[in-house]
Amino acid sequence: MSKKPTQDIHEYLAEFDDIPGTRVYTAARARRGYHINQFAMSLMKAENRERFKADEKAYLDEWDISDEGKAALLARDYNTLLDLGGNVYFLSKLFSTDGLSFAEAVSTMTEYSFPEYRDMMLKGGRSPEGNRSIRENAAAAAAAGKGGN
Amino acid sequence: MARITAGVASSHVPLLGVAVDQGKTRDDYFGPIFAGYDWTREWEKQEKPDVVILVYNDHASAFDMKIVPTFAIGCGERYKSADEGWGPRPVPDVEGDADLAWHIAQSLILDEFDMTIINEMDVDHGLTVPLSMMFGQPDAWPCKVVPLAVNVVTYPVPSGNRCWALGEAIKRAVESYPEDLNVQIWGTGGMSHQLQGPRAGLLNREWDNKFLDMLEADNDDVRWIPHIEYLRETGSEGIEMVMWLIMRGALGKKVKTLHRHYHIPCSNTAIGHIVLEPVAEEAVPA
Ligand SMILES: [Fe+2]
Repeated sequence: MSKKPTQDIHEYLAEFDDIPGTRVYTAARARRGYHINQFAMSLMKAENRERFKADEKAYLDEWDISDEGKAALLARDYNTLLDLGGNVYFLSKLFSTDGLSFAEAVSTMTEYSFPEYRDMMLKGGRSPEGNRSIRENAAAAAAAGKGGN
Repeated sequence: MARITAGVASSHVPLLGVAVDQGKTRDDYFGPIFAGYDWTREWEKQEKPDVVILVYNDHASAFDMKIVPTFAIGCGERYKSADEGWGPRPVPDVEGDADLAWHIAQSLILDEFDMTIINEMDVDHGLTVPLSMMFGQPDAWPCKVVPLAVNVVTYPVPSGNRCWALGEAIKRAVESYPEDLNVQIWGTGGMSHQLQGPRAGLLNREWDNKFLDMLEADNDDVRWIPHIEYLRETGSEGIEMVMWLIMRGALGKKVKTLHRHYHIPCSNTAIGHIVLEPVAEEAVPA
């Protein structure tokens, strides 16, 4: 815990890429995903939800979203949407449009089915062990390999 | 003179609001969570704060991506419960304290915290769930509320150090307000949780409790925890805990712990709750 008066923005951002299975919502992602998130926000209005449900593709065509983004939205492929700059608090408007609980929608981004995910949470959640750093995990794997055990 | 008499921190998981609104607070799942707030509900009845400065974050309810204020203070007369996609929570309107809020806003800006002023907005679960946890289901909330919204979604979010310093400035601002008011400050959000990506579901009981210990300490070491540590150790949404540092910074150097509660899980999240009281410097033996 060092007392840094100012922090270099490039170092600050570079560290985020070392976290396993995580897309930190940086300015770059916020720019890229702007229209995906604003589309999701539009689903806060009941009349927009109705129009979206009636014809999802047509509703999405009103937005400045790439074909890849539209396909991921139609498929509810949330990990891809995170890669494209979607943010979970905005995407959650789509969860509720679909009648999905937050936890169920979140579980679709993991290796687990919803019942398995719920079970993991009841047992104390996902452990931080082995989930802190891609770099550390690689170093540990390499060390284990050398040991030949 | 107005005084900050206590600091309260609590998670603000939306599912807790659902449990209150649907009368499930004593079932097998929610019972152990709500039991940890029984002490506080009784204590609040005796304390009767006039105003709560409620530090929270908006979850794409009042603010979308058009405008992202880092620190914003509600200076309005009243706020309605936001429709987060299922209709607004059936809770009373939140009454602001425009006089105190404007006083704090002006003082903070002179103190070099460049606040965003909000005159109108709806407030989401980040603000209404803590009110329900502390006050139950009254016909009207028993105190006025000054909402203080922090960006903890779009990076960079404010540093722990900056949050602590904002708390210190809020304390100065409150103490320069002439009216005799009993003011509490609440920090909300957290504790460990990750709502996105393949690592979703991460919880960290050990780190969360270390953080609670640090809040109780007679020093300010906790303000120097870097963002990357919150992210690695407590999940991407655990960063909300920087909001607790605004509360802690407003209490001064030394605090007394009145109550502490921790429970895993509530939906995707670890529940943490602490009640702290400032200990006056002169009361500390040399
Ligand atoms: Fe939150």
